[in-house]
Amino acid sequence: MEQILNTIERSNVELTKEDFVSDQMVKWCAGCGAHAILAAVANVFPKIGYRKENFMMVSGIGCSSRFPYYVNTYGFHGIHGRANAIASGVKISNPKLSVWVATGDGDSMAIGGNHFIHTIRRNIDLNIILFNNMIYGLTKGQYSPTSPMGSITKTSPQGTIEHPFNAGELVIGAQGTFFARVPDNNIKLMTEVMFEAARHDGTSLVEVLQNCIIYNDKVHAPITSKDTREDNQLVLRNGEPMLFGAGNKKGIRLSQTRLEVVTIGENGITENDILVHDQFQQDPGIQLMLAKMAPPLYPVAMGVIRSAMYPTYDDMVEDQITYAKANSKILTVNDLLNSGDTFEV
Amino acid sequence: MSEVKNVVELEDAVIKFVGDSGDGMQLSGTLFADTAAYDGNDLTTFPDYPAEIRAPQNTVAGVSGFQIHFGSKKILTFGDICDTIVALNPASLRANLKWTKKETIIITDSDAYDDSALEKSGYKSNPLTDGSLKDFKIISAPFTTLIKECIKDLNIDVKTTYKSRNMFALGIAFKLYGKNLDHTFHYLEKKFATRPQIVEMNKRVVKAGFDYAATNPQLECLYKVPSASMPKGRYRNITGNVAAAWGLIAAGEKAERPLFLGSYPITPATEILMEIVKYKSLGAKVFQAEDEIAGICSAIGASFTGSLALTTTSGPGLSLKSEALGLAVITELPLVIVNVQRGGPSTGLPTKSEQSDLYQALYGRNGECPLIVMAASSSADCFYSAFEAAKLSIEHMTPVILLTDGSLGNGSELFKIPDTKDLPKITAPLAKANDPNYKPYNRDEKTLARPWAIPGTEGLRHRVGGLEKENGIGTVSMDPINHELMVGLRAEKVQRVANYIDPQELFGDQEGDLLIVSWGGTKGVIRDSVIEMKKEGYKVGHAHFKHIMPLPKNTEEIFGKFKKIIVCELNSGQFLGYLRITHPEFKYNQANKVQSLPFMIHELKEKYYKLLEK
Repeated sequence: MEQILNTIERSNVELTKEDFVSDQMVKWCAGCGAHAILAAVANVFPKIGYRKENFMMVSGIGCSSRFPYYVNTYGFHGIHGRANAIASGVKISNPKLSVWVATGDGDSMAIGGNHFIHTIRRNIDLNIILFNNMIYGLTKGQYSPTSPMGSITKTSPQGTIEHPFNAGELVIGAQGTFFARVPDNNIKLMTEVMFEAARHDGTSLVEVLQNCIIYNDKVHAPITSKDTREDNQLVLRNGEPMLFGAGNKKGIRLSQTRLEVVTIGENGITENDILVHDQFQQDPGIQLMLAKMAPPLYPVAMGVIRSAMYPTYDDMVEDQITYAKANSKILTVNDLLNSGDTFEV
Repeated sequence: MSEVKNVVELEDAVIKFVGDSGDGMQLSGTLFADTAAYDGNDLTTFPDYPAEIRAPQNTVAGVSGFQIHFGSKKILTFGDICDTIVALNPASLRANLKWTKKETIIITDSDAYDDSALEKSGYKSNPLTDGSLKDFKIISAPFTTLIKECIKDLNIDVKTTYKSRNMFALGIAFKLYGKNLDHTFHYLEKKFATRPQIVEMNKRVVKAGFDYAATNPQLECLYKVPSASMPKGRYRNITGNVAAAWGLIAAGEKAERPLFLGSYPITPATEILMEIVKYKSLGAKVFQAEDEIAGICSAIGASFTGSLALTTTSGPGLSLKSEALGLAVITELPLVIVNVQRGGPSTGLPTKSEQSDLYQALYGRNGECPLIVMAASSSADCFYSAFEAAKLSIEHMTPVILLTDGSLGNGSELFKIPDTKDLPKITAPLAKANDPNYKPYNRDEKTLARPWAIPGTEGLRHRVGGLEKENGIGTVSMDPINHELMVGLRAEKVQRVANYIDPQELFGDQEGDLLIVSWGGTKGVIRDSVIEMKKEGYKVGHAHFKHIMPLPKNTEEIFGKFKKIIVCELNSGQFLGYLRITHPEFKYNQANKVQSLPFMIHELKEKYYKLLEK
C-alpha cells in the first residue's frame, strides 16, 4: 500500500495491531459480523501510520456503536443517530485528527438520516463505517430502513411494507464523494477498502454487509456465502474490466442506457466489450448503476465504487480562517470591542 | 416663519417609530438611538417587529416598530408609554395607540391616509379628521408631497422617493428633541458611498423634515434631553445578541481555547450565529448545522476535541437539544447553550419575549441531569453573563444554559467597552500529556471537575460516552452503587459552583417590609418600580437573580430579612416554583404576566401596594 499524504501527523515508530487493542471485553455475540470489522480496523490503523493519538472513533447507538470501547483510540460513544453530527464537530474543531465513525443502518439511515445526508453533502473528511445488518439488533429484532420489502421481523409480523434504502444510492444522491461496499467475511478486502477510505479526502462511506447471527442470520448469504459469492459479487478494481463469476467469464457491459450482464465468448462478446471501472470519475452515472446492482439480474458490486475528488468542508473552513486572519483588522477581542461606532464620555 | 420656540427640558423621553415592515422603521430608530448616544444620553432600545417578513401592506399585521427610551438619568427599560409616536401609516398608528397617554405627540404622514389604507387598517373614518385623536398632539404632514418638492431636481423615481419617508420622519424627530443631523449624514455618506445621488436625496429629505418641524406651528414647543452623567470611558450601543456573541468570543480568547459554534437559525437567537461567524479572523469556527440537534451534537464533538463549544437557540430548539444536553452532562464536558427565550409553547410567539423556559432549562431532560442555569439581566449584561457562563462551564466541566430573551437579544443599551485584560482569568482543567495518573473521571478535590484530555495529546487516549461510567477510571459501569455515586457527584459538582460566584446583590433596603424578587430580562423595569416605591417611603428591597442553578449562597439570608416576598416574572410562576422547592421555609407571593409583553411599572406597583396593605 502507498503512504497517505495529508497534514495529519504520522507516527515516528512502526505501529502494530497491539497498539490499538483496548482493555475492554468485546461484548458482541459470537459469530457477529462486527468482529470482522474490528479485526480490519486493527489491521488498517497501523498501516495508515498516523500517530496513535491522532485517531478518533465516534459512534451513535446500537451494536455497531459499542465500537469505540473496543479500540484504543480517543473515543466518543454518542447518542442514537447523532454520531455523524458529533464527528463533524470533532473534525471541524481539529482537522489534524483522523476521525472514524462506527454506525449502523438504523443509526445513520433512520434516526440519524438527516445528519447522514448532510454530512455527506458537506464532504467533511470523515471515514464512516456503516454496519448494515438490515435489522435493529440491540433492541432485539425490529426492521430497519434497509430491511428488504416483506421482511418478517418483530415489528412486521406480516412482512414490511416499506421500500428499503440502498446505502450507495443514498450516498451518491446526497452528492457523496466516496462509497465502497464489502462483505463482512472478506477481511482482506475490508482492510484495503478502509485504507482507501482513509486516503480519500472527504466523507468516505464504507458499507459492510454484516451478518446479525441472532436476529437476521444469513440475510446476506445469497451474496456472501461460499457457494453464491462467485456469481453474486463483482469486486471492482480501478482501471480493470468488471469481470466476475467462475473463471471471470461473466462481465458487465453498457447496453444503451443500462448495465447488462454478459458472458465472455457468447454472442461475440469479448473482454473489449466489458466496462472498465473508473472510481475517480466525477460523473456518478455508472457508479450509481453499479451501486444499485442486485440479484437476480446482477451481482452486487464490492470494493470502491466511487472516489471522486472534491474540496472538503474542513479544508475550506481552514482556508477561510487563514484568509480572514490575513485580511481583517480585527485580530484580538479588544480590536472587536472597539470596532465600528464607539464614542468617548 | 419664526424658528424661535420654547424649549422644554426633560429628564427622559420615549419615542417609537412605527410603520409597515419595509418602511425602514428599524433604520430610523437605530439612527435616532445612535444620535442620542453620541449626544450623551443614556438609552435602551427595543425593536418590535412581526413574525412575517412582509405582511400585507397597510395592515396591522405588518406593523414594525422601534422604540427608544433616552435620558439624562440611568435608563433601565425601553419604556412602556410613549411620549412621541412617529407613524408612517394608519395601521401602525392604530396598532400603537395602546402605548400612548394624553398629550402624546403623534407625527404622521397625512398622504398615507387614503381610503384603501384606512380600510385595510380597520379604520371606518379618517382619524386625522374625525376628532378621535383630540387628546393627542398631532403633527400631520403630507410627507410624500413635501419630499417630492425638495428633491424634484434630482430626477428620482417614485418608489425611491416613497421609501425615503422614514428619513423625513426622522428629521422631524431630531428637531423635536434638539438632536443634530451629523451622525445621520455621516451614516448616509458611508452606506451609499457609491451612490452619491441617493446620499444627496436622503440628506435633503432628513433636512426637510428637520426644517419642517422647526417652522411648523403645530409644534408649540421643542424638547431637550440633556446628557446623562456616565462613568468616563469608551462606549457603544449594543444589542443583547451581539453582546452575548462577543462575551463568548472574549471567553474563548481568555481561556486560550478555540471557539466552536454549532447552531441552527431560529428567531430570536439567529443574530448570535450571524455575529460570531463574522469573526473568523479571531479563529471562530461556525457550523450552521442541518438542525438543532446537529447544532448541539457538533458542539459536543468540538468540546471533546478541546474547543470552547457553544450552541445558540430559542425555546423549541432547546426542546430538540434536550437529549444531547444529557450527553454533555454525563460526559462532563464544557458547553454553553444560549437560549434566547420567546413566547411558547411550541412555535408560540416567535418574535415576542417571555421567561417561560426556566423549567425547561432546569428540568427538561431524562434522568437526574443537573447543569448550571444562568440568566442575563440586560442587553449589555449579556456580554458579562455569556463570559461567566463560559468560564464556569470550562472550569467546572459542565454544560451551562444561559437564558436571555427576545427583548434583551434584540433590544440595545449603552455598553461601556471593557479591556480584556480586566476580565477574569479562565483556567481550563487540561490533563497533561503522558500523566501516568490520568483517569477520565478523576476529580478535582474542590470543584469535582474531571480533567479535560484533548484528543491528539500523547498518553491520554480514553473513551467517554452516554453510558454510565465508573467514577475515576471511566469505564462503562452498570454497577448500582457507582450509579448512585455518580448521580450524587454530578449534582454536587453543580452545587459547588455556588462557591465560585458572587453573592446575591440586594438593592434598596437591606431589610424591611417587602422583598421584590426577579430574574433575567425584567431587571430594568422592576428596578425602576423599586426606586419609585422607595421614593414613596416604602421599606423595600430588590434581589435580582443572575444565578439560578445553583442559587447564590446568601439567598436564604436575604429572604429572611423581609416580612414579605414577591416573585415577579413573565410566566405563570416558574422561579417561584423553583424557590418553593429550594427554599420551602419562606412564604412567597407572586406577580406574573404571560402576554409576551414586558411588565409595566404601574402594574407591579399595584401588586406591591396590595401586599403591603394586608
